[in-house]
Amino acid sequence: MKDTPLANCERDFLLKAIEEKKRLDGRQTYDYRKIKITFGTDYGCCFVDLGKTRVMAQVSCEIVTPKENRPNEGIMFFNIELSPMASPAFEQGRQSELSVNLNRQLERCLRNSKCIDTESLCVVSGEKVWQIRVDIHMLNHDGNLMDAASIAAITALYHFKRPDVGIQGEEVTVYPPEERDPIPLSIYHMPISVSFSFFQQGTYLLVDPCEREERVMDGLLMIAMNKHREICSIQSSGGIMLLKEQVMRCSKIASVKVSEITELITKALENDKKARKAGGRFGFAESMPQERITALKKDETPVEMTDVTETAYDIVQKAEAPPQTVPSPVLPVPGMGQVGLGLQNSWGLEDDEEEEEEDDDSVEEQEEKVTKMEVEQHRKEQSSGDVVEISDSEEEEVIILQPEIPNRGPKNAGSSSDQKGAAKSKKRQTK
Amino acid sequence: MFSCLKHKVGEVLLPGDEFSFQPEDTISLTDTVKPEKVICGPGLRRSGDRLLVSKSGVLRTKQPNMFWVDSQQKRYVPAKGETVIGIVTVKSGDVFKVDCGGSEQASLSYLAFEGATKRNRPNVQVGDLVFSQFVIANKDMEPELVCVDSSGRANGMGVFGGGGLLFRVSLGLIRRLLAPQSPLRAELQQLFPHELVIGMNGRLWVKASSVQQTLIIANLLESCENMTAEQRRQLFRRAAQGAL
Repeated sequence: MKDTPLANCERDFLLKAIEEKKRLDGRQTYDYRKIKITFGTDYGCCFVDLGKTRVMAQVSCEIVTPKENRPNEGIMFFNIELSPMASPAFEQGRQSELSVNLNRQLERCLRNSKCIDTESLCVVSGEKVWQIRVDIHMLNHDGNLMDAASIAAITALYHFKRPDVGIQGEEVTVYPPEERDPIPLSIYHMPISVSFSFFQQGTYLLVDPCEREERVMDGLLMIAMNKHREICSIQSSGGIMLLKEQVMRCSKIASVKVSEITELITKALENDKKARKAGGRFGFAESMPQERITALKKDETPVEMTDVTETAYDIVQKAEAPPQTVPSPVLPVPGMGQVGLGLQNSWGLEDDEEEEEEDDDSVEEQEEKVTKMEVEQHRKEQSSGDVVEISDSEEEEVIILQPEIPNRGPKNAGSSSDQKGAAKSKKRQTK
Repeated sequence: MFSCLKHKVGEVLLPGDEFSFQPEDTISLTDTVKPEKVICGPGLRRSGDRLLVSKSGVLRTKQPNMFWVDSQQKRYVPAKGETVIGIVTVKSGDVFKVDCGGSEQASLSYLAFEGATKRNRPNVQVGDLVFSQFVIANKDMEPELVCVDSSGRANGMGVFGGGGLLFRVSLGLIRRLLAPQSPLRAELQQLFPHELVIGMNGRLWVKASSVQQTLIIANLLESCENMTAEQRRQLFRRAAQGAL
């Protein structure tokens, strides 16, 4: 889909505002937007919010064979994805000019500055090295993607931990994190890119341009620097002529901004480390969804309610009082297993379920229990009866073949609430 | 049927929620039974004998029997009769192509301006803003805009936009601004004199006497989207005192 065009009046207004030293969001010339760094649950996953621009970086690793000319160096791989989620102007799966530029600039900023110790990634020289892959996804585009991407990438690399490896003779073992603690990458310094946009052929300069400012700018200067004021890469695009003083001034501003951002990143990393150590909520877990279901329609289960109380009362009156004492555990047949041993029912699950059901059901449930009890009583009397039917609550008919042992059978009837458990244990006996 | 809908007015609904209509238990044989009619606006969809919610938002009603879901979204879907702010992107032959924020560009005939004839063409450049109205807007056809009303008058429509700022807000805020006796608009009027053009497609154009004032109004409107009335009043008071 095509991007929304920029209207003439927007362009005129923006340029006029910049001439008057005003910016759309009320910032000053050298101000950054609000930077927010959050981490995912895994190591090496990082989100960076730069105003409304949002970027996600994910670091992963695998063991590969090294390049022939560098047999004992690990491989760094950077990939920037511009998905239509960030802006409707971005197309899926096609390398646009912007994404190539960003990718190239990020590689120069992080790989060519040698900020990561690639030799420490070597496992077996010439055979096996770690390949570190940094995937950067743009989630929302509101200008200055490069700065957000560089912050996200370096923070994710700092956050990442690779699994430990052990070498015994020819054998290489990769230990899972449960066995040995994963190892963080060794990083020498933290290059951070700072963007400057120029207007009116370089007369006006702005730090951290937003999307609409990027559209009307004449030129862009990106300086990647670390906190030791070492320039890691510098790139000017847009084809404007810059004076030496301008570049010097930009590098001075960049050094200030870089030290601020570095501090922010270290603080974010420390906070995350603390949160992980404390074992509390960190990363994505912060935003757990509310477990709530909304619906306007509810199906009702029809329950026969007429003369329930009367029947229940009637049955209770007829029934004998259950034995209060718990008989000693009995084995129906030698060598038979038994669940519950005729003592108090420890299978609390079913009782809980019953409690959750509606009141109407529980009345019925009780009724059923009472019926069951009655059946049991009957069985006591006519112990010769071979087949006894017990109406279970699941509306299925359970037929129990009772072995002809008159004294041992139904003794494990504790109280009325235990009837179910008892019935269950019977079932097992017959199997 | 009404009672079921009426019962939910002012409540939050989610897509997939369903309204069920039980038939009456007793049917009178003597009276003539009048079928109940409900007009479903955006966010409510009929499927067979079911009424489904297709947008998340608050259910609203209007007498006698109109219901719709007041949702929050940014993507504009053209609707016939709505006035929008468009940006002219192409001048080709006798039509202009106008970007109005929808899925497709709308066409605007050069004869659809006040006083335009074959001889007397309107002066429209690429990148200009036009305030115009949809005459054709359905999902299967290219939408079409005009800058005249049914009697051939401009009625406020046409090319505009010198020296102002165009920005985008959500469609919900636009509807709040356009509501009759909108408190938001009344509060805005008391700040300082300005011109405001509101397009139903989420675009706003503001022009005040200075760049500073224009920016203040734009930022106020962008930020008051998710504020309560009290918070908003406080913010406006601070702006009026010149704190911003």
